[in-house]
Amino acid sequence: MTMEVTDSAPVPAAGRPQRVRELAAERIRLRGPLLPILHAVQEEFGWISQTDIPVIADVLNLSVAEVHGVVTFYRDFRRDPAGRITVRICQAEACRSVGAVELGEHARRSTGAGFGETTADGRLTVDEVFCLGNCALGPAVQVGDKVHGRVTPARLDAILGEAR
Amino acid sequence: MTRVFVSRDLAAKSVGADEVAERIAAAARTAGADVEVVRTGTRGMLWLEPLVEVETPEGRVGYGPVAPEEVDGLVAAGLLDGAGRSEGAYLGPVEELPWMKRQQRLTFGRVGVVDPRSATEYEEHDGLQGLRRALTMTPAEVVEEVVDSGLRGRGGAGFPTGIKWRTVLGAEDELKFVCCNADEGDSGTFADRMLIEGDPFVLIEGMTIAAYAVGASEGYVYLRSEYPDAIEALTAAIVTARDRGWLGEDILGSGLSFDLQIRVGAGAYICGEETSMLESLEGKRGMVRAKPPIPALEGLFGKPTVVNNVLSLATIPTILANGAAAYAAYGVGRSLGTSVFQLGGNVARGGIVETAFGITLGELVNDFGGGSASGQPVRAVQVGGPLGAYLPVEQFDLPMDYEAFAAAGAMVGHGGIVVFDESVDMAAMARFAFQFCAEESCGKCTPCRVGAVRGVETIDRITAGVDRAENLVLLDDLCDLMTDGSLCAMGGLTPLPVRSAVRHFGKDFGS
Ligand SMILES: Cc1cc2nc3c(=O)[nH]c(=O)nc-3n(C[C@H](O)[C@H](O)[C@H](O)COP(=O)(O)O)c2cc1C
Ligand code: SF4
Ligand code: FES
Repeated sequence: MTMEVTDSAPVPAAGRPQRVRELAAERIRLRGPLLPILHAVQEEFGWISQTDIPVIADVLNLSVAEVHGVVTFYRDFRRDPAGRITVRICQAEACRSVGAVELGEHARRSTGAGFGETTADGRLTVDEVFCLGNCALGPAVQVGDKVHGRVTPARLDAILGEAR
Repeated sequence: MTRVFVSRDLAAKSVGADEVAERIAAAARTAGADVEVVRTGTRGMLWLEPLVEVETPEGRVGYGPVAPEEVDGLVAAGLLDGAGRSEGAYLGPVEELPWMKRQQRLTFGRVGVVDPRSATEYEEHDGLQGLRRALTMTPAEVVEEVVDSGLRGRGGAGFPTGIKWRTVLGAEDELKFVCCNADEGDSGTFADRMLIEGDPFVLIEGMTIAAYAVGASEGYVYLRSEYPDAIEALTAAIVTARDRGWLGEDILGSGLSFDLQIRVGAGAYICGEETSMLESLEGKRGMVRAKPPIPALEGLFGKPTVVNNVLSLATIPTILANGAAAYAAYGVGRSLGTSVFQLGGNVARGGIVETAFGITLGELVNDFGGGSASGQPVRAVQVGGPLGAYLPVEQFDLPMDYEAFAAAGAMVGHGGIVVFDESVDMAAMARFAFQFCAEESCGKCTPCRVGAVRGVETIDRITAGVDRAENLVLLDDLCDLMTDGSLCAMGGLTPLPVRSAVRHFGKDFGS
């Protein structure tokens, strides 16, 4: 749960509100359309901007606070742009039993980015994740949509080298 | 034409199955051999992935694990004819491997065997028999068949599925729902994912039977965003099922109307809790609802709703096809049928083991799992996900049985078993249990939201040697408070891993 005060009103990117409105309107007939809409916006733009929220709220006839509350509740919804490539390192129990914590520390040393951070060149965003369903072949790491199993520090460097 | 099988399961792909499949197709082209590479689910022998199987007159012969660069050599040694006995990767007929032979695969019978995209193969391998039989019965008869099978929810709590359905059937409303809980957030569990990737039609069939039994017209699968391959597999299967008349209006000419949609989660562990899942499906924050009312009476959008785990629903077709008695013949005590156990973590032979309840923890970890992957002695296992207890090897004779586990202060949960070797620091694992709870708490009640944060601090003081004795008492007190004062099992069960770690591995806490 995050609390924040937004001081100056952010300005939406040109054309974005119209497109967000379309994405929302296309899904309005679904039962419980908010999550599908947020996924669609994030899929298209890579993140959910503060300026998208009133647009979605308007289409769904919800309060801005309600939509804001949903966006901030879920880990998936990014509220600022990510790097070109996202790397998620599993930190759950099964992966911990085979060195996931050490792998996370290695990632921080070799990329300079800790969990939730983007490298200075804007290329990589590194994050933690709790279980990718590959618990027998850990440590598991997801780069973009692809999951890698049995990732050693050396393999992580190789995978990231290729991805960059 | 020779058929060669390579898994398209996420776990197999994570260690190179796609590359292996491509190399085999290329090698076959070069050799001018008439080969079809079929992408299946996984057999669940994950230490053998990428596993290659070749159809021969003697059955499917396996090779594994096969690295992409080994493919050309294996093909030269006769892989496409099932030959190459002297090669290291040669395994012989897969069905004859001791690891497969010792299992009783009912729910997972087709996984790793069939092409999960092929509705034709699904029907050829006994698919739809359960639904066809159910449609000849009355809804109440279907419900009673499920009650008689003894099937208990595989999602964790072990509540009898048939009893839940009876409540929904009895609720009068023109709109009812079937919701499949495919959130599978527990570490060490991956059976839901493998089932959906490896045999999605069985889930669709199970949900359709549920809909018929309780009088529901709409179904939702709440599938976690961390599983893009499963989302793709199930989406494809739903499209195919609609084309074939297995979903939609007048299913199989029976007059039944039922359709299914997938809803993708957004990275919140608590959304696996059923009421939180319903809130999330409704487009809200995943905050747990107080019960009563139970979802069976007031569930999704306030309507009567069946909420079941993937495996519970995927087992229904087998039960209906072969009858309740055949299913209930497996198992022990009140834990009937088979369960899909998942071996993960630091284990030599990790994967999926489907056997009757009653098999011991030691048989699973040592006989199937082969001990630790590192070769060091096994020290601890966590059973039942992040909210499950840590057990020492001294308790390896515990049978997998809901009641026996509860009596030992542990839980079977979703059947995930995570193995740790001697290098594990159990105080660190207890700390992580609190940290995870603090991170994933929905925030509705104080014992969970604040208690977990205090728990981390308390363990830090204990391991730093600050007032150790007093802080251990404080920890105990905190665990009592969370157990008794939390609204749901997230806060209520977090003390389980913590307390079991202190009890069995006290020396890691310096006491
Ligand atoms: C914190 C928490 C997380 C849960 N996560 C899951 C889950 O990921 N998948 C699941 O099927 N059930 C999960 N459950 C259990 C569900 O609340 C519910 O009991 C289950 O989906 C009912 O289906 P079943 O009777 O078929 O097991 C969770 C429960 C709690 C308290
Ligand atoms: S125990 Fe935790 S997760 Fe469950 S309702 Fe309370 S705050 Fe939410
Ligand atoms: S615990 Fe890491 S993939 Fe499951």
